[in-house]
Amino acid sequence: MTDLIAVKGIQEGLLVTLPSGAWADLEPVLYARMQEEDQFFRGARIILQVGKRELKAADLGRLRDKLGDLKINLTAVLSEARLTQQAAKALGLQTQLAKTPARIAAAAAAKLEPGLTMAALMHQTLRSGRTINHAGHVVVIGDVNPGAEILAGGSVVVWGRLYGVVHAGAAGDVEATVCALDLSPQQLRIGKLITTSPVRRGQPEPEMAHVRDGQIVAERWVPKDKFKRLA
Amino acid sequence: MAAKVITVTSGKGGVGKTTTVANLAAALAAEGQRVVCIDLDIGLRNLDVVLGLENRIVYDLVHVVEGSCRLRQAMIKDKRVPELYLIPAAQTRDKSAVTPEDMVRICNQLRADFDFVFLDCPAGIEAGFRNALAPSDLVLVVTNPEVAAVRDADRIIGLVEAEQKGPAQLILNRVRYAMVERGEMLSTEDVLDILAIELIGVVPEDAAVITAGNLGSPASLDKELLVGQAYRDIAARLLGRDVPFLSLKPKTWLEKLGTFLNGGNTQ
Repeated sequence: MTDLIAVKGIQEGLLVTLPSGAWADLEPVLYARMQEEDQFFRGARIILQVGKRELKAADLGRLRDKLGDLKINLTAVLSEARLTQQAAKALGLQTQLAKTPARIAAAAAAKLEPGLTMAALMHQTLRSGRTINHAGHVVVIGDVNPGAEILAGGSVVVWGRLYGVVHAGAAGDVEATVCALDLSPQQLRIGKLITTSPVRRGQPEPEMAHVRDGQIVAERWVPKDKFKRLA
Repeated sequence: MAAKVITVTSGKGGVGKTTTVANLAAALAAEGQRVVCIDLDIGLRNLDVVLGLENRIVYDLVHVVEGSCRLRQAMIKDKRVPELYLIPAAQTRDKSAVTPEDMVRICNQLRADFDFVFLDCPAGIEAGFRNALAPSDLVLVVTNPEVAAVRDADRIIGLVEAEQKGPAQLILNRVRYAMVERGEMLSTEDVLDILAIELIGVVPEDAAVITAGNLGSPASLDKELLVGQAYRDIAARLLGRDVPFLSLKPKTWLEKLGTFLNGGNTQ
């Protein structure tokens, strides 16, 4: 029966949809599954879709506390039943997801326009020991400290200081690039090529690293001449 | 009043966690606060030595956890200050003898009767660290101005944030003014640049700390020492007072003369 519980990653967290059946039967199954896969669920925000079930605050409260012990946050309960909605509200849980603007929602549903590829955004400083693995591009707003690691299938953009280890084009894409406001990684890899940072002299400047003639080269970003821009 | 549970941690060993706990606890107790320190370095206990209480240990933390003594029985009272107690670690066991739940329970028992509970965390990021983090209200990260220590502190701060126990605050320990001036040691700014958390204290390197540790008498109780003042300032900041950071610059002979003529008052 655990397979009938659908888990789907959405913007707000993990959307968990319960199949038909009595709550009393399903609740232990749900808990058992999360306990079993606690590596996956740990730290996750859960949006629980219960359909038309009528649940009391005590039911939801008990589940929230049990999941809390597993370090899983139950953040929202979606239901068509008024009683359930009220119970969820009483516990301070959300009962609907923030509305995404229609145009964005339509864009998410549609296929990407040609020339666009998906990227993952991390709006946080990556401290030592932290690793990000992503099949697409990775964008970090924040610093990447020494000892942190980014492994990306595509390019890596860091709006901040890049001091850790970065591997762009990890599946062999030599077109991948790495950009940072301060590009001083412990090690920079693109495809199968590896380089380390030269000792920096003076102030850091925004740079982009890419592969040219089988070598990784870093180029400074230079603003265009003011007068040329006006012309 | 409920006590504040403060975890002192660092990741790397030997940066001065135990010394920091002993000094801050003594400084707060000297201010009339009711303070308990718990040594969580089970199997490698040190805090009892630094506080000069080792020959008075009868029961320890593991005895409390196993229920073979009452909590109060394991609390050794320091006689130099009004209300300072130590719950020592067991020397014969290892970190697995205590669980995070045990620590939450023990700290909750202490909250009602004390103002501060200090947890002296062992080095590393394993079981001992998790025991020290579980009941924590505030995490103080101790580091030295060395690249290796800062790297480990960064890791610890990330782990603290991941457990939603942040934001941690930083104590920069063993700073040598002359080396920083010569550019041979990371400056406070360099360290803050990487770690990006709030600084609660800068403690200068002083051989007197080693002597004090050997004698079992915390340097923060010695009014003459600059390093003691640094610890007392951190204690004051923990009490919510706004204390300016000390200048670690050594005094010139002219300033020393001024102080001397002024009858020893530094103002």
